[in-house]
Amino acid sequence: MAVNRNFRTCPTTGLLFHEPAEKLMKANAVAAVVSLLAGGVLAIGVVGTRWQALHWLAPGTFYQTLTAHGLNMLVFWIIFFEIAILYFCSSTLLRSRLAAPGMAWAGFWLMVIGALVNNYAVLVRGDSSVMFTSYAPMPASPFFYLGLILFAVGALIGCFVFLGTLVVAKAERTYQGSIPLVTFGALTACIIAIFTIASGAIILIPTFLWSVGLVPQIDSLLYRQVWWAFGHSSQQINVSAHVAVWYAIAAIVFGARPMSEKVSRTAFFLYILFLQLASAHHLLADPGLTSYWKIFNTSYAMYLAVLASMVHGLTVPGAIEVAQRKKGFTNGLFEWLRKAPWGNPVFSGMFISLIGFGFLGGISGVIMGVEQINLIVHNTIYVPGHFHATVVVGTTLAFMSLTYFLIPVLFRREMAFPGLAKWQPYVFGIGMSAVSLFLMGAGTLGVPRRHWDISFAGSALPYEYPGAAWLMMALMGVTGFVAIVGGAMYLLVTVYSVFFGKRIPTPDFTYIPARANVAPAPKPVAAAITAHGESAGFAAPGTFVLAMVFMVAFVLYYFVNWKYLSTVWPLK
Amino acid sequence: MSIESVTERNWWKIPMDREEVVWVTIAFIWCVFMFLMMPYWHVFGQQNLAHAAVRTTPADYMKKAEEGVAKWKVREETDQKIPVIAPPPDSDVYLVARLWSWWPILELEAGKTYRVHLMSLDWLHGFSLQPENINIEVHPGYDHTVTMTPTQKGTFAIVCNEYCGVNHHTMVSRIYVK
Repeated sequence: MAVNRNFRTCPTTGLLFHEPAEKLMKANAVAAVVSLLAGGVLAIGVVGTRWQALHWLAPGTFYQTLTAHGLNMLVFWIIFFEIAILYFCSSTLLRSRLAAPGMAWAGFWLMVIGALVNNYAVLVRGDSSVMFTSYAPMPASPFFYLGLILFAVGALIGCFVFLGTLVVAKAERTYQGSIPLVTFGALTACIIAIFTIASGAIILIPTFLWSVGLVPQIDSLLYRQVWWAFGHSSQQINVSAHVAVWYAIAAIVFGARPMSEKVSRTAFFLYILFLQLASAHHLLADPGLTSYWKIFNTSYAMYLAVLASMVHGLTVPGAIEVAQRKKGFTNGLFEWLRKAPWGNPVFSGMFISLIGFGFLGGISGVIMGVEQINLIVHNTIYVPGHFHATVVVGTTLAFMSLTYFLIPVLFRREMAFPGLAKWQPYVFGIGMSAVSLFLMGAGTLGVPRRHWDISFAGSALPYEYPGAAWLMMALMGVTGFVAIVGGAMYLLVTVYSVFFGKRIPTPDFTYIPARANVAPAPKPVAAAITAHGESAGFAAPGTFVLAMVFMVAFVLYYFVNWKYLSTVWPLK
Repeated sequence: MSIESVTERNWWKIPMDREEVVWVTIAFIWCVFMFLMMPYWHVFGQQNLAHAAVRTTPADYMKKAEEGVAKWKVREETDQKIPVIAPPPDSDVYLVARLWSWWPILELEAGKTYRVHLMSLDWLHGFSLQPENINIEVHPGYDHTVTMTPTQKGTFAIVCNEYCGVNHHTMVSRIYVK
């Protein structure tokens, strides 16, 4: 059987692209951006309704819009992009042919069909405004579940193509030694994804059968427990993937190498072992589960996965600092950071993503995951505040920054509107960070999430939220529109560049048969990590100071929440 | 670089940088501390959610709620004539969540303790006590007992904070504390 072994070397970066993999990456990236566009348009309706002064949409339309916004952003945009990242991290970084491109295309089209069927149920049929979580026994149309199942099967195929490519690369010796750290991170994401999709199948298939009348009932507690093994774990795929992207960007922009391969890889491995337990966070305010179960699981077995994220939080900027210091930016603690390329959106986006994810998303996530503190957070709008910091400032912005790198390298187009691109990470990152903060503020004052009207129009016994809560929601509205503008800037730059941007010619472009000489010459071992383990002082003192600032913020905010909890009605 | 394969042999034997050792140690100690805070609060803290719940049917649960209303009703409120009940301290109070109302309204005494039962008759709902900001998930089929002690007098609201359909925003009720 003939196997396509055509490769192209990127003249700018030296990366080697396998033609079928390249096409798949492009297709997945385009599908991701289309989903982001859909989710972004829907975000206008969500923000314009929850900002009570505007209150644009009617309740039915609002819940429909919110459901579709959640699914397009949280599922379709992110997972399409992650499949592209998986192919990049396997085929491109390992300089290998992609395993089974035909299967990969089948997976891609299943994902496309799944996304369309799900959107059809929510937006066209309009009978599936059940939110991203689709908690049974609130029913949705069978098309809703079917769409998700098809999408998940497609994504699962993508995961196996990735694993297959690792096997091919190993067998065909396209690389020497151990796989790159970034590929290792992608592998972590892939393993978590397989667990996640399996959980999704366990709950969504019976729910689909229930929706067509073949299963008599779905228990609400069981649904929540198993569904969250899918719903939260899917966010852990994002964490692994965007941490891998951080490392990749540190390498691309600065030539940074990890401070220690061992530490960074162990941290990824901790994700595999413990991150999935986080799904228990969602059940802290639920009946019928013991505190032993809650404490063990929500602490991810003693916060070992949190530890992993704190390690990455040090080692990613630490790697950048070490690389910058080698280049001579050695003055004081922070010259390396001051003189970083802040005008390059690949870097600025990645760094804002790192800071926003750590300070806003990370700290708030751990705190609302404390068994008792969850009582004053559960289902308030604090929760969307948290995940807009993790999954939007963290994951989405990291993926956006990677796109700016991929436009010239993968799509071979010059980036259009470079001035716009330069400011985009700031507008989007700062706007969205503000949204997160204001949502958390409103949540602390008790404002519920997924709620059309906090003035309770039409209710006989309305409750009046404090003025500060209304102010927080209004500020969320203003900054929400800023973030939407930032998202539109990204879409404009990306879509215009990819479809109308000036082509970058690839000189002497010829396909090289893989057998000819795909494997790069082994690198001299002299380039080994000689600087490590020898430094008397700290290799990255500036980063360490930043990490300590983070720690102080974390500890203070942690105790503020315990203090707040201690003032509410005693419960047993 | 992080995007290149690691070619040196035995890279896992290269010792950690001191900075990483110090940070991992600090972070790990903090993690263990946070873990211990949860059991600590179970022993010494006041705000812990009971996990005890029994499975029951909507009909049985509704019957118990109706018995409470029959025994302790003090008045009715609003056009819908929602009963207000004033149960004695240490009693079992059954609060019904359903599309889209809470039933009945409770009138409690400050400083006294009540076993408040929460259950939904249909879909998931959320018990959100405002402005205290205590939030508990309410399931259909699981009778969940929460022992609560109001600390101050006033009018409190119960907002539904688990999305339950198009009139979700009208599902709001009260707890009076005297």
